[in-house]
Amino acid sequence: MTPDEDLRVRAETLGQSLPALLAAADHLAATVILGEHGRRRSGMGDEFWQYRAAHPGDSARMIDWRRSGRSDAHFVREREWQAAQSVVLWVDASRSMEFSGDRGRAPKGDRARLLALALSILLIRAGERVGLAGSDVPPRSGRAQLERLTLALRGAGGEDYGRPDVSGLVAHGRAVFLSDFLGDLAPVEDALARASDRGVRGALVQILDPAEEEFPFDGRTIFESMGGSLRHETLRAGDLRSRYLARLADRKDRLMHLAEASGWHYLCHHTAEGAQSALLWLYRALEPSR
Amino acid sequence: MWTIGSLGFTMPWLLLGLVALPILWLLLRAVPPAPIRRRFPGVALLLGLKDDEAETDKTPWWLLLLRMAAIAAAIIAFAGPVLNPEPRVSGSGPLLILFDGGWADARDWPRRIDRATALLEEAQRDGRTVAIVRLSDSPETPAFQTAEAWQGRLGALQPHPWEAGDLAGWAATLPEGAFETFWLSDGLDHPGKAELLAALQARGPVRAFESARPLVGLRPAVFADGVVKLQAVRPVAGGQADLELSARGTDPGGVERELARVPLVFPAGSLEAEAQLSLPPELRNRLQRFEVAGFRSAGAVSLTDDSLKRRKVALIAGSESREGLQLLSPTHYLRQALEPVADLIDGTMADVLLASPDVIVLADVVKLSQSETDGLSDWLDKGGLLVRFAGPKLAASDVSRIEEDPLMPVRLREGGRTVGGAMSWGEPKSLAPFAESSPFHGLDIPADVTVSEQVLAQPDPDLSERTIAALADGTPLVTRKAVGQGQVVLFHITANAEWSTLPLSGLFVQMLERLAISTRPSMPEASDLTGRTWVPDTVLDAFGTAADAGKVAGVPGDDLAKALKDGPHEGLPPGLYTGDDRRVALNVIGPQRVLSPAVWPADVPVEGMAAAHEQSLKGAFLAAALCLLLVDILASLWLTGRMRGAAIASVLVAALLIAPGNAKASEADDPLALRATTGVVLGHVLTGDPRVDDVAQAGLLGLSQKLSERTSIEPDAPLGVDIETDELAFFPFLYWPVTADQPIPSAKAYAALNRYLRTGGMILFDTRDADVAGAGGTTPEGRRLQQIAAQLDVPPLEPIPADHVLTRTFYLLQDFPGRYAGSIWVEASPPDAEQAEGMPFRNLNDGVTPVVIGGNDWAAAWATDDTGLPLYPVGRGFSGERQREISYRFGINLIMHVLTGNYKSDQVHVPALLERLGQ
Repeated sequence: MTPDEDLRVRAETLGQSLPALLAAADHLAATVILGEHGRRRSGMGDEFWQYRAAHPGDSARMIDWRRSGRSDAHFVREREWQAAQSVVLWVDASRSMEFSGDRGRAPKGDRARLLALALSILLIRAGERVGLAGSDVPPRSGRAQLERLTLALRGAGGEDYGRPDVSGLVAHGRAVFLSDFLGDLAPVEDALARASDRGVRGALVQILDPAEEEFPFDGRTIFESMGGSLRHETLRAGDLRSRYLARLADRKDRLMHLAEASGWHYLCHHTAEGAQSALLWLYRALEPSR
Repeated sequence: MWTIGSLGFTMPWLLLGLVALPILWLLLRAVPPAPIRRRFPGVALLLGLKDDEAETDKTPWWLLLLRMAAIAAAIIAFAGPVLNPEPRVSGSGPLLILFDGGWADARDWPRRIDRATALLEEAQRDGRTVAIVRLSDSPETPAFQTAEAWQGRLGALQPHPWEAGDLAGWAATLPEGAFETFWLSDGLDHPGKAELLAALQARGPVRAFESARPLVGLRPAVFADGVVKLQAVRPVAGGQADLELSARGTDPGGVERELARVPLVFPAGSLEAEAQLSLPPELRNRLQRFEVAGFRSAGAVSLTDDSLKRRKVALIAGSESREGLQLLSPTHYLRQALEPVADLIDGTMADVLLASPDVIVLADVVKLSQSETDGLSDWLDKGGLLVRFAGPKLAASDVSRIEEDPLMPVRLREGGRTVGGAMSWGEPKSLAPFAESSPFHGLDIPADVTVSEQVLAQPDPDLSERTIAALADGTPLVTRKAVGQGQVVLFHITANAEWSTLPLSGLFVQMLERLAISTRPSMPEASDLTGRTWVPDTVLDAFGTAADAGKVAGVPGDDLAKALKDGPHEGLPPGLYTGDDRRVALNVIGPQRVLSPAVWPADVPVEGMAAAHEQSLKGAFLAAALCLLLVDILASLWLTGRMRGAAIASVLVAALLIAPGNAKASEADDPLALRATTGVVLGHVLTGDPRVDDVAQAGLLGLSQKLSERTSIEPDAPLGVDIETDELAFFPFLYWPVTADQPIPSAKAYAALNRYLRTGGMILFDTRDADVAGAGGTTPEGRRLQQIAAQLDVPPLEPIPADHVLTRTFYLLQDFPGRYAGSIWVEASPPDAEQAEGMPFRNLNDGVTPVVIGGNDWAAAWATDDTGLPLYPVGRGFSGERQREISYRFGINLIMHVLTGNYKSDQVHVPALLERLGQ
């Protein structure tokens, strides 16, 4: 079994443990505007919505003759408006996502890909279109898309820190950015601004290793970024802890404000936690804002 | 050696290394601990952060101190530190090492040799010549030789069991020229010591050496008032000393062992201690030596001789003593002479012989019945001593007249003679001096001993050699003849004063003693010993160990008497000396001996053995250095943030490797033993196949339940047994399901199994294959069983006969099914077993079959769950349940057979069994 298949299997497992989107329709109630759930108003769609008396201006071919034949008036058959959402995922494939603070813990990138694929499975099962940022995998529906997603998620970037890619965003669609957001924040701000311009809303998921949260280092240490482009030497790593943690909290704060300003959602997820809570959060975050 | 206080160094120049420590301090201080490289994405957040303190790139001072201490400890360790170094006063010129070399040295001889060895080594280093002298040797001029020459001989040097003689003789032999003396004193004063010391001090300085160990001497045991009294002496009156005195001797089997033990207490301030020992005569006669327990020295040993022995003497008079005429009684004087020194037995000859006396005295006894004669002859052949006295009856009788009586040493002439009486011409005759061959040789003959009447011996050819005492005119007075291992002695006079004055004299007592009829009450006098040659039988060495003397020339009695007074010396080592039938013990400590301590003048330095001993501290310092380095590892790890579980574990493992491991192997058997022995427990052999083992466990559980329900056997829960490790003896019965892939037991397990089978255990082998292969063929389980059983001590087998006791130990059974119904094999009955007429079975009373072999998968048929419901189907429907019931009955019969043996094979049960069988 190749690692991709393995990822797929695990993602399927994670997705299975959640209620399928359809089965959870009651739970989501009418406010869910995703997928094949009707928008409770007439429009384009397959499902019957209502008959209404024909107004002047309705073209003759819009008249439902079978219904009209049973009465004197003319009726128009309206269908419920259905529209599939396009969700574009950006998964940080940079080197920094390869970090794991403990031999027994999977790297951050692993968790990011798992979450992305599990979300894709849920969405595709619900009939949505899912794609990856960039032009490689445009949003599509159908289970075949999962294969393409799986393949596309395999790639790893060479740079130290990732910068969000907004090239594949569909206007008025949804987007999910999965990264550790430890690099420069300017590209993130830029990407969010451009996404907002195009009416795209979505979620920022910051995936961190517990080691990055706790900074359990001490003694004389040379810290290097995963790619080796950055390095910092300290004689007493323990003394840096409080300042590091302050900076990290600052970073999280900024990300949250950024997200709020553009109507996005923000989640900080740790690889030590279970993936399911994050998936559930994502699943809800993609519901329309109330 | 260079010393500070009580600490010395063998290689002090190595301590110069300590000077380098400050340099090391600077070096170590300049080198901070190496950094760790870490990949960490969060480094982006760290950029620009500065360290608070700048000086932390130096090693912290306490770590430096730790390392300094470790290195200093190592340097000091290699410099060879020694606690309490012995002062090596290097002298020059020859060195004379004096040992007293007596028994008193033996208590701590190895330490004396050690001390002398140290002196030799020192002398060797200093290139001095050495002479070693034992003062207990006879004086000779000490020869100075190189220390190397002495080193090999020193180990072979042993103390003598006697004390140094007159030391003044040594003073005369000392060589000219100056030399230094080291005197290893035994703590006792010896005659002439002052002279020798003065002579030595004239040659050069003298150092003395005395041991702090106490010295005890044991005086010879004395028998008085029915108890054995022992006295011990010590040279210095110290506090109260509680010692123990051990009396040793042979047991009836001839093995030497301790016969009694009494406390021996020196009161505080007293030089003497006394102990009393009351022993029955049987035990007392076996005593060989007394020793003060815990003192390994000849002085603390006292050999016993005849003085403690009390012979059993039977007195038989020919005529009953008449009342009122006691002085005329034939045995009166004998009784008087022997009473204090012997156990007297009275009675008829028959009674007396039963008591197996050492000596039987017949005073004027003539008539002996044939049975009495035979009894006496047998007794004589075994070493008895028959002493006969003549008298009127003997003179008038025909005994030994024509032919020599076997119980008489000589033939007698008729009548006898009377000299010096009122009706005779001559004077009463006095005794002639005893010849050298006579046992009485050396005894003084009082002038007033005269003989007025006697019986006369026929002048036979061997008369002269049988005569051991004669009158002045040559007439035999006492004659002796050996009979077998014993001897017959005839006094030609009466035992009372009628015929002579001999019984009235002290000579009579001495003669009795010489004849070993009586034993001397105390130390022998010189007169007792003179005139005879005494041969050492057992000799003591200085450590108090007795050894056979071997072939050693005898010593004259005079010398022995002198040695008894003055103590043993070179020609007369302490030991047991025999002469004729008597034994005399020559002990190191005489009865009057007092131990006087050695006194040294003030200008002689006296060194004690109790001084503090040298102790090398090298190991301790090295260990400390190693511990400090280990701590340093931990501290460094902690300092650099590398302290992780694995690191700590590895350091701890290293520490544990250094620490001496003495973890004991846990006693794994005990829980099993407890569980298996609190009740009857059925066991099954663990095969390694969990399914088979589970079935066996469940099967035995079901069988145990059925046994509890139906019989008085109430087994506990069954146990699985690993034949490789578990003790089998706890289990009366083992169920062994055989699997095709079971490992062959090890040799040890086979030994245990064979022991188990031989000592009454039973194993039920179950191949669980329903015997499907039939005759001739084998299943895999069957082949495995053959391989397993090849090395087992299994008797010849046969298919179970119809009259085997298994068919009726509890239930009456014809077949023995389990899940399957096949035949089973048991130990073959003896070929000569015959069926008696009218009996339903043969008389097979012996032996429980050690193995039962079959393939019926009994465990599966017996198996029940906890609620008692069967786990596996057997057969079909009712007949299947019937088969299960029969299989339970087989199990019950089998366990009954194991526990009751062939009880039911007894013919007693035949009528009841016949009735139940309906015949």
